[in-house]
Amino acid sequence: MTGPKPLGEVGEAAIAKHTSRASAIPSGADQLLRPRADSSLPGFLRSLPGVDQVGLEARAAALATRSIKAGAKILALETAISMVDLTTLEGDDTPGKVRALCAKAKAPDPADPGVGPVAAVCIYPDLVSLAKAELANSPVLVAAVATAFPSGRSPLSVKLADVEAAVEAGADEVDMVIDRAALLAGDYARVLLEVREVKKACGGAHLKVILETGELATYDNINRASWIAMLGGADFIKTSTGKVAPASTLPVALLMMEAVREYHGETGRPVGVKVAGGIRTAKDAIRYLVLVNETLPGQWMSKSLFRFGASSLLNDLLVQRYKQIHGVYGGPDDYSLE
Amino acid sequence: MTTASNERMKEVSPAIEYAPAPESRAIVSIRERYQLFINGSFVEPQEGKYFSTINPATEEPLSEVALATEIDVDLAVMAARRAFDEVWSRMPGRERAKYIFRIARIIQERARELAVLESLDNGKPIRESRDVDVPLAAAYFFYYAGWADKLEYVGPGPVPRPIGVAGQVIPWNFPLLMAAWKLAPALAAGNTCVLKPAETTPLSALLLADIIQQAELPPGVVNIVTGAGETGAALVAHPGVGKVAFTGSTEVGKRIQRTLAGSGRRLTLELGGKAANIVFDDAPINQAVEGIVNGIYFNQGHVCCAGSRLLVQESIAEEIVERLRRRMASLRLGDPLDKNTDIGAINSAGQLEKIHRLSKTGEAEGAVAWSSGCMLPERGYWFPPTVFTKVEPAHTIAREEIFGPVLSVMTFRTPAEAVQRANNTVYGLSAGVWTEKGSRILWMAERLRAGVVWANTYNRFDPASPFGGFKESGFGREGGRHGLESYLDR
Repeated sequence: MTGPKPLGEVGEAAIAKHTSRASAIPSGADQLLRPRADSSLPGFLRSLPGVDQVGLEARAAALATRSIKAGAKILALETAISMVDLTTLEGDDTPGKVRALCAKAKAPDPADPGVGPVAAVCIYPDLVSLAKAELANSPVLVAAVATAFPSGRSPLSVKLADVEAAVEAGADEVDMVIDRAALLAGDYARVLLEVREVKKACGGAHLKVILETGELATYDNINRASWIAMLGGADFIKTSTGKVAPASTLPVALLMMEAVREYHGETGRPVGVKVAGGIRTAKDAIRYLVLVNETLPGQWMSKSLFRFGASSLLNDLLVQRYKQIHGVYGGPDDYSLE
Repeated sequence: MTTASNERMKEVSPAIEYAPAPESRAIVSIRERYQLFINGSFVEPQEGKYFSTINPATEEPLSEVALATEIDVDLAVMAARRAFDEVWSRMPGRERAKYIFRIARIIQERARELAVLESLDNGKPIRESRDVDVPLAAAYFFYYAGWADKLEYVGPGPVPRPIGVAGQVIPWNFPLLMAAWKLAPALAAGNTCVLKPAETTPLSALLLADIIQQAELPPGVVNIVTGAGETGAALVAHPGVGKVAFTGSTEVGKRIQRTLAGSGRRLTLELGGKAANIVFDDAPINQAVEGIVNGIYFNQGHVCCAGSRLLVQESIAEEIVERLRRRMASLRLGDPLDKNTDIGAINSAGQLEKIHRLSKTGEAEGAVAWSSGCMLPERGYWFPPTVFTKVEPAHTIAREEIFGPVLSVMTFRTPAEAVQRANNTVYGLSAGVWTEKGSRILWMAERLRAGVVWANTYNRFDPASPFGGFKESGFGREGGRHGLESYLDR
């Protein structure tokens, strides 16, 4: 196994700032306390304030009662449409299926020019070059899941090869999965190392790090995983693969947004959040946007820092937008299924 | 405002401005006039006098309400006595339970109506009346309905008996919920009631009278007399009242205790508070900040158990205050009927004046006030959520109950000092402890002289949990099995 790597500048700065209460200690003593940044990772993660389950869930539930009406609702629906990573991640995804998905992503509602394209399509790596061709001359990005998605149970070299193949094929974004087993076993350094290596393999592609929160079980674990991903260089942290239940929930998303806010406060680097799995209705999507609205600075209300990983959600957003503007619902077949 | 806080405001200003989302007032029809509810029907007050109740968010009058005098109170007590002797005390507990269950169910059925009326008359946000006040009021009736046929298990003796007529005087901060706290255990125990709602918030109790009629409760079992202090004084002084229950200010509570001294009549008092919300450096910090906000800004701070003194461990004081300010900046103040409002109106001009006066005293004594600078509506009674730093334990705002959205922040160094400072008050109603260390929670709870100690939460209520105070916060317990004891003779 490769030895743990140094945390790097961003990580050092975050840890130093986070432990600023100790900054009064003379630097010599500091050296004694923390001879190597790496060995401080578990200590650093354990020093994060605990997460109270009852309080977190109560706050998420309270925000879920916000009532978004009229102009604010149209704005929210259109913002949500622009944030969708239109996704298909199945064994039977054929080139035909992906072409249909790409067409839908470019023009979700061809009858209404007011509806812009979605943020990206999210697919398996072998379909990236096809999607790139389909989406040429469109602002829609291609995101590929990689690193032995969804379980992540392959050697690091295989995971890196998976990433490199996706990037070579032209992926703009890579959605990796963390090693949940390592995290649960307490091998935080291993998780960090993998994120960092994948980040390197991504080159210019944006990295989304999937925590698979449904397998991490506790909010404290999710908080720690968020920090590891951000310290490792994630451009986005993402809740779930969509293959494990429970997938994204409001409390989990709120917690990850809070982690992103803390990290931004300490390093100045904005990290995006992607919620994925089980988000099927416009109502659900608006609830997530309310969390963003009341937890993070205004710049997060954009596809550059917030995404929905979804498939059927898009049509409900379109249906509800039409209803909001025209006062009546359309029929079930007014929108293409993909 | 300083540049730094301007920057912060810009940073937290939301990307999506919510459009108004008002709950419809059409669900509730408010009568022009409300008479007294005596012996099962609405009757004209003997002297024919009425007073008006207003919407504190707009200062518009809502309705006229009868002013009960001594004669009316006497009629109400006599009706209650008759109902006690002839019907209610003789009825088997399982039959009484059916009526109480029925009241609970109708409260649920008419929940929206009650919530809108409560927000109109009181000024509290609909989010709270809808999600807290009304569901909890129903829950108390449901809970005590279940006790009505099990009184021999309550504790005071094998054959507990009801006392007779209970005279109950309630405050304006949770008008319907306080009515439920008083009526439900009294009825379950077999007593009959004369209830006096607060003069600024009588309407939800009068709607409850309507519900009581709908439930076909036998006439005279619950009577509601409206009026101000004099009406309340007449009720508690009435010799036909065997048990007095009062929730309100410590000053009035002391007066009531003097009135009842030596009379042999039973009394419970639930009075003021100046609760400490204690945050240790190992607290779950984001949830603690939520708890601080919920502790003091819930119901505009019109909460007797409000966490109005924030005691924070000195090592994290700055960080907590900074986070608190950021969170306060996202609080939405305005129309109580808007479903997205977090902070509603102050209940009355008098209360607003008191909050202003105590805040000015705070500044004069050297404490530093901060509020988020949210816009206040032009009409109505409003006070922005405010936090005072540089507060010392000797300051007036650290000692007197403000009963408004005003938080005083102080620090401590050790758990022992936290206990010492928390207990250093004439009150003792509630306290909050925020720490990830379970043993420390228990250690603190053992030493805090407060009737309720919340751990890693605040302002949570449950019908099964007793509530009440130490010292000048009063005596007796409401809620749970304990809440029944004060309505039973052995």
